[in-house]
Amino acid sequence: MRGFEYVRAADPADAIHAARQTSSAPPTLAPTQFLAGGTTLLDLMKLDIMRPTRVVDISGFRNRTDGIAFDRQGLHLGAFVTMAEAADHPDIRRDYPIIAQSLNLAASAQIRNMATLGGNVLQRTRCSYFRDTSWQACNKRSPGSGCAALRGLNRKHAVLGTSENCIATYPGDFAQALVALGADIEIAGPSGARRVKFEDLHVAPDAHPEIETILNPDELITGFAVPAGPWTRRSLYLKVRDRESYEFALASAAVALDLHDGVVNEARIALGGVATKPWRAREAEAALKGRALSEANARQAAEAAFATTKTHGHNDYKPELGRRTLVRALMQAATVEA
Amino acid sequence: MPNAHDALSSFSVITRRTILSSTAAASAVPLTMTRGQATPNAEPSAAPPLSVDLVVNNRTERLIIDSRTTLLDALREHLNLTGTKKGCDHGQCGACTVHVGGKRVLSCLTLAVSIREPIATIEGLAKQDGSLHPMQQAFIDQDAFQCGYCTPGQIMSAVACVKEGHAGSDAEIREYMSGNLCRCAAYPHIVAAIKQAKSATESG
Repeated sequence: MRGFEYVRAADPADAIHAARQTSSAPPTLAPTQFLAGGTTLLDLMKLDIMRPTRVVDISGFRNRTDGIAFDRQGLHLGAFVTMAEAADHPDIRRDYPIIAQSLNLAASAQIRNMATLGGNVLQRTRCSYFRDTSWQACNKRSPGSGCAALRGLNRKHAVLGTSENCIATYPGDFAQALVALGADIEIAGPSGARRVKFEDLHVAPDAHPEIETILNPDELITGFAVPAGPWTRRSLYLKVRDRESYEFALASAAVALDLHDGVVNEARIALGGVATKPWRAREAEAALKGRALSEANARQAAEAAFATTKTHGHNDYKPELGRRTLVRALMQAATVEA
Repeated sequence: MPNAHDALSSFSVITRRTILSSTAAASAVPLTMTRGQATPNAEPSAAPPLSVDLVVNNRTERLIIDSRTTLLDALREHLNLTGTKKGCDHGQCGACTVHVGGKRVLSCLTLAVSIREPIATIEGLAKQDGSLHPMQQAFIDQDAFQCGYCTPGQIMSAVACVKEGHAGSDAEIREYMSGNLCRCAAYPHIVAAIKQAKSATESG
């Protein structure tokens, strides 16, 4: 690990001040980085993939008391809440099972005790070419250097939202729950706070895979607002992976349903493990609206969700795995008590 | 050249670590080489060393360390608490599991200077009189290890697993212990040990 200046921030405003940037690099390559749980940043610093010269420690914010709150508007999650705190919260488990499941099916008990929700949504891809500096070509790590995954071992790579410059999969789970539920994200920066749709936080790689979000380097995620809705209780997160636990998704589906007498009033669907960013499957949602939730209709929705995939050899299996994962998630969600 | 016995004679307690250290000294290999392996890509840091007070197993320890030092390296290299093991050093194996503020965390992905709460390691589990923690005893009784390298991490994780209330069934134990890998695959015995320790804790 390269040396860095360590700065401990007292509060978010202090952290933002300490992170004021002198370079024009995007957040992923910026010389100043925030340290919350550290489970991504320190890993990538040891791998020499992230090389900050200044680390602003915000891990003390985990003990703030404004963590998890409910009102008629919905659920509010502080960004410094740990994954474990949110996953184990009894009201989240009852009223927003999709959120509790997406967190509990991710990482390990130790990592969930460390990692914050704000850091979780910013975790970096597990693409093995990104994570290994002995591969020269990685547009995400070294902009303009190429993509070794296109003709490499790409079994775990994305089939939706890819570009000719990057096919790295977005690795997270919680983000799919937020996308499906239409959450907003709260961001603090030097010129004040802003609130945007969580769905708009992440950007597809296109020409610039090193740009992963709309954040500026001196902006800090401070919270998530999840709107209440008739679909939040009848929701689930289904994750399919190489091993039963402590593994990233090959395909996952976040599903929330508003059902009346077996007919879909509204379906909210997001897909993980198959896309370059948390993926809202609006075509699948539209295909289900107003129709009975039968397996045949679920299959049609899944076909719509994966109508525009691009595969690269080893991941040719993914569209079908993704379709079957979505069908199973929809049929299981239909049986959940609302 | 001194033989191994001469080299070891100055140590009152012989551990694997003192043997490794003295072997290196006897063969004139600078100790900095073994230190260097602890921090890959290490170069002189531009940042000055930092002072940090860590409360480890109820003792306050003041360390002067580089900002890069992980809690794992602080425990092993600076405090000589080598019970906590370095496996992958990337948060994938759980061998480095310790408790910070009563919660199980990975010491390899924690900066020592960032810690604000008390730390508990495997060395602090047994009582002062040497009697073992019920989880340590259960690992012995159930033959829950072979090579033993993952065991300190397994035990620290298992103690927390029971305390969290996540040891209600075999399936739940397996799920909540999935962050601790065992390449000897002692998993069935580890599950049995956790069940034994849980009932010992509940009845005792």
